[in-house]
Amino acid sequence: MGEMQIRPLTLNFGPQHPAAHGVLRLVLEMDGEVIQRADPHIGLLHRGTEKLIEQKTYLQALPYFDRLDYVSPMNQEHVWALAIESALQIEVPRRAQLIRVMFCEIGRILNHLLNLTTFAIDVGAMTPLLWGFEEREHLMEFCERASGARLHAAYFRPGGVHQDIPDGLAEDILNWCDKFPNFITDLETLLTDNRIFKQRTVDIGVLSADNALALGMSGPVIRASGLAWDLRKSNPYDAYDEMKFDIPVGKTGDCYARYLVRVEEMKQSLSIIKQAIHKMEPGPVLAQNNKITPPRRGDMKMSMESLIHHFKIYTEGFHVPASESYTAVEAPKGEFGVYLVSDGSNKPYRCKIRAPGYFFMAAVDEMSRGHMLADSVAIIGSLDVVFGEIDR
Amino acid sequence: MTTADTIHPEMTTNNTEPSFEALATQLLANSAERVPSLKGQLVYRCELSKLISVLKLLNSNENLEFSQLSDLTAVDYPGRIQRFELVYQLLSITHNRRIRIICAIDEGQIVPSATGVYKSAEWPEREVWDMYGLFFSDHPDLRRLLTDYGFEGHPLRKDFPLTGYVEVRYDDIERRVAYQPVQLTQEYRDFDFLSPWEGDQELVHSSLNAEAENKENAKKDGGS
Repeated sequence: MGEMQIRPLTLNFGPQHPAAHGVLRLVLEMDGEVIQRADPHIGLLHRGTEKLIEQKTYLQALPYFDRLDYVSPMNQEHVWALAIESALQIEVPRRAQLIRVMFCEIGRILNHLLNLTTFAIDVGAMTPLLWGFEEREHLMEFCERASGARLHAAYFRPGGVHQDIPDGLAEDILNWCDKFPNFITDLETLLTDNRIFKQRTVDIGVLSADNALALGMSGPVIRASGLAWDLRKSNPYDAYDEMKFDIPVGKTGDCYARYLVRVEEMKQSLSIIKQAIHKMEPGPVLAQNNKITPPRRGDMKMSMESLIHHFKIYTEGFHVPASESYTAVEAPKGEFGVYLVSDGSNKPYRCKIRAPGYFFMAAVDEMSRGHMLADSVAIIGSLDVVFGEIDR
Repeated sequence: MTTADTIHPEMTTNNTEPSFEALATQLLANSAERVPSLKGQLVYRCELSKLISVLKLLNSNENLEFSQLSDLTAVDYPGRIQRFELVYQLLSITHNRRIRIICAIDEGQIVPSATGVYKSAEWPEREVWDMYGLFFSDHPDLRRLLTDYGFEGHPLRKDFPLTGYVEVRYDDIERRVAYQPVQLTQEYRDFDFLSPWEGDQELVHSSLNAEAENKENAKKDGGS
C-alpha cells in the first residue's frame, strides 16, 4: 500500500457558537485536535457605517459611533468629538472635559467587566458573569441618568457634552466607587489563583512585544506583552494630563497576562473617576459657539437669533473646513482612531474608523496555530473582540 | 505583574521633536514630499513606485522606528485624474510619533502589497480591495473581507449607491435566502441643506473636487 495523504479536517466554528462573541465565523483546519490554520470570516455584522457617515451631517454621524463597540459607547463618541474639535479648532470647557474623562473611565470598567466575565464563562467559570452584570447595571444607570440612554448615549458632542450631569449623580458615582473594590476582590478570589482558570490561560496565545507591534495590536493586549504604551499618557487628550494613574504592564503576553492587566486597569479607572469628580467645578459643559453648538433651550424662548441657530444646526449642521487628520483615543480595547477627510461641506467626505478589535481578529490565525481547539476559545476571549467595531 | 512608572508626556514628545521631523524629511528627501497638515501631523506624499521602499525605510531606520502600521485605507476622488488615494498610518512607539504616507493611484493600477514590511497590512489591504476594488500584488490571500459571499461591486466608491443594488429575504418556498433588486417603498431622501445665500461657489462644488478640476484645466492649458 502506498503512502496515504491525510487531509486536515475543516471545522466550522460559529457564527452561532456562544464563544464566538457574536457573529464570528471561524473556519479551522484541524490536525486531530490541533489547529493548523484559522480563517476568521468577518463581516456578518457589517452595516456600512463608513458609507452611512458620508451621507450624514457631522452631528448625525455621532450616534453611529455608539453602535461600533457597543459595550463602551461613550469612548467611541469621544474620538469623533475630538476629531471634529481639532478640525474646527474649538476649545472644550473644563467641566465638560472632566465629565468626559469620568464617563470614558466608566466605559472602560463597563467594557472590562463584560470582557473578563465572558472570558471566564468561555473557559468554564459561570459565577463572575452573574456578579459582573449586576455591576454593569449600576454603571449603565449612571449613563442613563446623564444622557437618558443606558447604552447608546449620544452624550458627547463636538464642543463638550450635551447636558450637565443631574444633581446627586457625582455623589452616587463616588459611593459606587467605594463599593466596587469589593467586587474586584471577589472576582480575583474566583479567578486569579483558580487552578482551572490558570490551566486554561497560562502560556496560551503568547504574543511577544515585537510580534504584537507588527500585528497592529494596541491597548491591554500590547501592554500584556510588556510595552507600557497608553495613549492617555503618551498623547493626553481632554483632562487626562491632570490625572494620576499607572499603566499596568504584563510580562508574559499570554491570555492570563491580558486578564491581569484588565483587572488592574479597572482599579486605575476607579481612581481616575474619583479624581475627575473631585476636580469638577460648576461651569458650562458646552462650548459657547452658536455656529457649532446648539443654544440653550431658555435662550430660544427669548431670542430670535438663538431660534435660527438652533434650526440651522439641526438641519444644515455646521461646516468643517477642508482638512484631513487622524485622531486616536485609548478606548478600552485599544487604539480607536478616526481618519477624517472633510471637504468644507456639512458632511464628512471620508471617515475611516480604525477599530482595535479588527487587528486582534486578524491575529487570531497566528496566535492559535499549534494550539488545541479549546484554546482558540480562550484566545478569542482574552483578545476582547466585539463585532460591532470589527465589522463596522 | 509590574506597574510601569508614570511616563511624562514632555519626556517622550518635546525632546526629540525638532530633529525628528528634520530626520524624517531628510530620509525621505528623494522619495516623498512633506505636505502641510493640521496640528503639525507628519504627512508625506509619495509615488506608487516608491511606496514600498518608503515604508521599508521608515520601518527599518533606527532613529525613526516606525514599527507599527496602525491603519491603511483609501479615499475615492472621482473628479481627479488619479482617482484614489491610499493612506498609510504609521506609528513609532519609541518616539511617540505618527506619520502618514499618502499615495495617489488611478483605477486599475496594481499596488504592491505592504504585507512584506508590516504584517498588520493583510486585513486592511483585503478591505481596500473589497471596498474600493484596488488590487494588491504579492498579497498572501486577497479575498473580500467584509461584504457578503458572492457580493459584486465596491461599496465605498462614491458612485456606489447608499442602498446598494440587491436586497435579501428568506424565500419560504425555495427554503433559502433569495437575492432580488432593491425596491424602495419611499424615495431616498437626499436633502440639499446648503444655503443658497451663503454663496454657492465653494459649497456647491466640494472644494476638493474643484481643486482637482483646476489642476486638470491648468494641465490642459499648459499642454495645448
